[in-house]
Amino acid sequence: MGKEALIVDNVSMKFNLSSEKVDNLKEYFIKALKREISYDEFWALKNVSFSINKGDRLGILGLNGAGKSTLLKVIAGVFKPTEGTVIKKGRIVPLLELGAGFDMQYTGKENIFLYGSVLGFSKKYLESKYEEIVAFSELGRFIDVPLKNYSSGMKSKLGFSIATIAEPDILILDEVLSVGDAKFRKKSEAKIMQMMADGTTVLFVSHSLEQVKRICNKAIILEHGKLIANGLVEEVAPVYEKIIE
Amino acid sequence: MAIFLFKSVILSLTIILNYDIIQSVLIRKNKDNVMNYIKNFWQHRYLLGELVKKGIKLKYRRSYLGIIWSLLEPLLTTIVLTIVFGTLFGVKDATFPLYVLCGRLLFSFFSSGTNGALRSIRANSGMIKKVYVPKYLYPMASILFNFIIFLISLIILIPLALYCHVTPKISWLYIILPLFLLILLTFGVGMILSTIDVFFRDMEYLWSVCTLLIMYMSAIFYPPEKLLNSNFGFLLKYNPLFGIIQTFRNCMLGDPLNWKYIAYAGGFSVICILVGTVIFYKKQDVFILHI
Repeated sequence: MGKEALIVDNVSMKFNLSSEKVDNLKEYFIKALKREISYDEFWALKNVSFSINKGDRLGILGLNGAGKSTLLKVIAGVFKPTEGTVIKKGRIVPLLELGAGFDMQYTGKENIFLYGSVLGFSKKYLESKYEEIVAFSELGRFIDVPLKNYSSGMKSKLGFSIATIAEPDILILDEVLSVGDAKFRKKSEAKIMQMMADGTTVLFVSHSLEQVKRICNKAIILEHGKLIANGLVEEVAPVYEKIIE
Repeated sequence: MAIFLFKSVILSLTIILNYDIIQSVLIRKNKDNVMNYIKNFWQHRYLLGELVKKGIKLKYRRSYLGIIWSLLEPLLTTIVLTIVFGTLFGVKDATFPLYVLCGRLLFSFFSSGTNGALRSIRANSGMIKKVYVPKYLYPMASILFNFIIFLISLIILIPLALYCHVTPKISWLYIILPLFLLILLTFGVGMILSTIDVFFRDMEYLWSVCTLLIMYMSAIFYPPEKLLNSNFGFLLKYNPLFGIIQTFRNCMLGDPLNWKYIAYAGGFSVICILVGTVIFYKKQDVFILHI
């Protein structure tokens, strides 16, 4: 048994669904006086516990609204769980929102340093890897052009190149990446495959059982925020097949 | 009477807050918690640097004069203010332009710093929704970048001081003290405002009215003596920003410092920081549900 890379311990996430967002004082007082402020509680995740070892590739299966994205956001640290804890060993790179933190007025070069520091890289490290990032992103001389003039494909290429410059300990993938054109997609897939081969722990979210079977060795199934199956992918697959029938 | 009331309010506030801090920091997971915070901050220090740099770089990007505007702008307004109010109040003092410029510079940092911090969480909501970043970095970065621009703009004081026949003196070095108080105050107020703004957007408009009032209550372009000696002297005395600006002026002109102002402004700033940190700390996890 390898070392545990990620422990999700009894995590629950509650949202208050208010029919309208009250965001100014006047409305708040009026509604409070009328006692109209009521919240519908909604548990997006309820008592979810699992752990994975270093080098595991975990598939997260579930229908729409099962809580997959919420779980990923809790693991990435964007949401703080209402109950429970997540223990992470090492650096997590979520390939969910490429280029979160890009500034449109900044040039590609400046954004490498900005987004790189969002991901927790040091300036020195980014400087040493700068050439490599530019080369991988295939942006060439566009690197000195402000980002607002980039196409969306160029932005995600740049985002991917920065995020994957160092091998993360835990990689979070939502569906199969579709970055840029066919050629770049091939290149980025190869890069991810190589990371997996090197022993990076992977969390992979998908609707497709085929993909999960191909990539992962372990799997969990979420249904209405609850964990209903957890184990090796061969054991979990039949359960999921039953659900989607 | 008023002083007594004010003191008791401050005292009870400190007691409540101390209790809170003891609860949240000491009892829960004591040292581990604090160490984790420091470690986490250390890991994100490059991001803080990048955010500060971004603020400075983008502020004057694509303008021809660039950073020179941070010198030119206070100078131009000072000229107008000196002519209008110097004439209106019949000020004969030759150092009046310097007096106005000091007030103008310090106030504009306070104003831009607090307003920047106020908007910082919402302005960066795109980033907050997608990746984990310690959220206090945003108000902090916004205040720091304004502070750096403010420090650059202080250069304009030297030529104006010479113009007013104020020769450079050793007491100029003491401006570090009011500057330190000023950044403490701005940071404390900024943290409070940035937390409130997430929940009540009206704060943006309310605070722009407040800054206007604070400007009139800080004796920026008029001599304070008349007001101080009237029944409304408390307007200035209880405004920590006025104390800081006066201290700064005293340093520039080589006048003796008023330690009452310094102590009051210092105490006020520390309380603001305590209140700001505690409410920010308590509310930061639900920011994401409201932006």
